[in-house]
Amino acid sequence: MPKRPIEPLFWTLFSAGGVIAAFFIPLLLFFFALAFPLGWLTPPSYEALHHLVSLRLARLFLFVVCSVPLFHWAHRFRYTLYDGLQIKHLNEFINVFCYGGAIAGTVVSAYLLWNLH
Amino acid sequence: MSAPTTRSVPPHTPYHPRWYRSHVSTYWWMQQWSYFRFVLRELTSLGVAYSCVILLYFIRALSLGPQAYEALQRRLASPVLVLVSFISLVLVLFHTITWFSLSARAMAVRVGGKRVPGLLITASNYVAWLVISGVLAWFLLR
Repeated sequence: MPKRPIEPLFWTLFSAGGVIAAFFIPLLLFFFALAFPLGWLTPPSYEALHHLVSLRLARLFLFVVCSVPLFHWAHRFRYTLYDGLQIKHLNEFINVFCYGGAIAGTVVSAYLLWNLH
Repeated sequence: MSAPTTRSVPPHTPYHPRWYRSHVSTYWWMQQWSYFRFVLRELTSLGVAYSCVILLYFIRALSLGPQAYEALQRRLASPVLVLVSFISLVLVLFHTITWFSLSARAMAVRVGGKRVPGLLITASNYVAWLVISGVLAWFLLR
């Protein structure tokens, strides 16, 4: 009966990623991509940030914030391409691109956080 | 019954009417403000993905050393990336706002048998967002 049993998992990741993105990403993006590089706010020193990220809880937090929202992106972007551009015939390619990208990002974040000394 | 030699008629089942399908323009989402807002909401996911990539670059810079950390900040201050970051921030904020109003409709919270009004759920989301942002800012600006 269930034709695509993987779909509920993707949807759960989509909605979990949506929650995480909504609560955590606006401030992090504003700080790290605009306020710190442009000098609007004093960025934390390398040592301070390194120390913060060396905490296990902070790493877990960063892993979740960097990986789960990528699945949110994959899900939404897939349907935007389907509906917005009406390119359903490229289904397979779009799926590989979106979910493959999210999985790759998850692997990269796990690798980076695991090897951070 | 012989196989048709010409292909003047599109393939269809005999005695079955061909479906009527009205043509939908590729630009259907530009025809009405509500459609456009819907697509814009879906496109906020690009801002979310961009944020994840930026954070991953920062983690990478932290593992490479102080020079890489400085270099990444200098690169992010370039005009093109500032523009991309600014657009992403607008998209991400739009995601937060639409997500909070959506969660009020998706969640039917009941207290004492009565449904909590959606406005209250949205408002509590905003409060939680402020608290979380405050905590993050405290950690990063200390």
